Amino acid sequence: MSYDWNWRFLLDTVAAGEGSYLDWLLAGLGWTVALSLAAWALALALGLAVGTARTLEARWLRAPAAAWVELFRNVPLLVQFFLWFFVVPELLPRDLGLWVKQDMPAKEFVTAVLCLGFFTSARVAEQLRSGIGSLPPGQRLAALALGMRLAQAYRHVILPRALRVVLPPLTSEFMNVIKNSSVAYAIGVMELTFQARQMQEETARGLETYLAVTTLYFLCAFAANRAMAAIEARSRIPGYLG
Amino acid sequence: MGAFDWQVVWASLPYLAQGLGFTVQLTAVALAGGLVLGTLLALARISGPRPLALAAAAYVNIMRSVPLVMVILWFFLVIPMLTGRPLGTEASALVTFTAFEAAYYGEIIRAGIQSIPRGQVDAARALGLTRAQATIHVVLPQAVRNMAPVLLTQTIILFQDTSLVHAIGAKDLLKAAEIAGKNYNRPVEMYVFVAAVYFAICLALSLLVRRLRRASGTAAPA
Repeated sequence: MSYDWNWRFLLDTVAAGEGSYLDWLLAGLGWTVALSLAAWALALALGLAVGTARTLEARWLRAPAAAWVELFRNVPLLVQFFLWFFVVPELLPRDLGLWVKQDMPAKEFVTAVLCLGFFTSARVAEQLRSGIGSLPPGQRLAALALGMRLAQAYRHVILPRALRVVLPPLTSEFMNVIKNSSVAYAIGVMELTFQARQMQEETARGLETYLAVTTLYFLCAFAANRAMAAIEARSRIPGYLG
Repeated sequence: MGAFDWQVVWASLPYLAQGLGFTVQLTAVALAGGLVLGTLLALARISGPRPLALAAAAYVNIMRSVPLVMVILWFFLVIPMLTGRPLGTEASALVTFTAFEAAYYGEIIRAGIQSIPRGQVDAARALGLTRAQATIHVVLPQAVRNMAPVLLTQTIILFQDTSLVHAIGAKDLLKAAEIAGKNYNRPVEMYVFVAAVYFAICLALSLLVRRLRRASGTAAPA
């Protein structure tokens, strides 16, 4: 296969006339990073609550938490994006729905953060649940026997241990968030994949474009991996192997 | 909140069924092809000569670190460049998913094979079985039992991921719903219906996984 490589097109001005294709790439990178970080923060917060609820005795907490996980795990992510974008505004009170559809600032981005955050929260919750389940039951019993309330046992004993156990799987979840953020192209978030499709269509320099975009995804995933590894190293308890 | 009109879903059922047909076909082809290629990848990584093992590892790691949407776009762009003639979206999707799933199935199969204690092979060899016999009669039956729930879980993920052929416009269940929704100007009902179909199928399969796990005595995944 002989292919006539040409990277110079990156500096060409885009057809619409504002900025270069390199600017598009960098803007795409910015949206990918912003979307991934915001969705990850939301997923951690929700996943922590839902995952904890799944391990409680109280049925009124456990059952909805289980339903939450099943709901977000059993519908394709792309379909969830369309549900958040097209269906949810219809379910809101009329005025609020209209505002969301017409006036909400950064509508695509906010929708994507919610969608990806909720989707990932179910996966974080499952990791945390199995992390809590892997702790020796004696830890919890000992905490309660020392006079701690259940909430205190979770706060001071169970969660600090369980979170360390689930850090490695959470690292791969974080990298999954970055990969999954690519699906947000479908509702018009101008992240890397959106830019890749747009650039390939406009310039027909598909190979160069995809190589650049794929490399940027690699770099993001690598950065996420290193960041989580640093957290893992800092939170390690002396004397434990993992 | 406007009134929902479910009549349009009813009217589009035959059309949606066609889309679902392709979704199922794509899942089945990628499952079968992915298992065959995945087994080869796993064997290459475990007992292949070093260059082959490294190549297999590189293939698996690259596939697993690129977003699936980008993989779909890559194949759709590159295959026609290599073969010199255009490839339809559906055919491109079939090739892409087979190649992509092979990486994931390959890792599951590798873990399954490596979960069998070495002593099992040694014992089989001591009893006079050849290497191939030991693999076929001793290692694989146990490995498959260990892998079955994880393989099925991956297949549920595959079934959901097929919706991403949206990126190249192949007509699966989701795309059919999108088109029907546009034609009737009723996207909301269509998306809700399609979500319900995916949900029902995936939930049924994941309940099956749970039963398999209980039967084989393997705990939930970490």
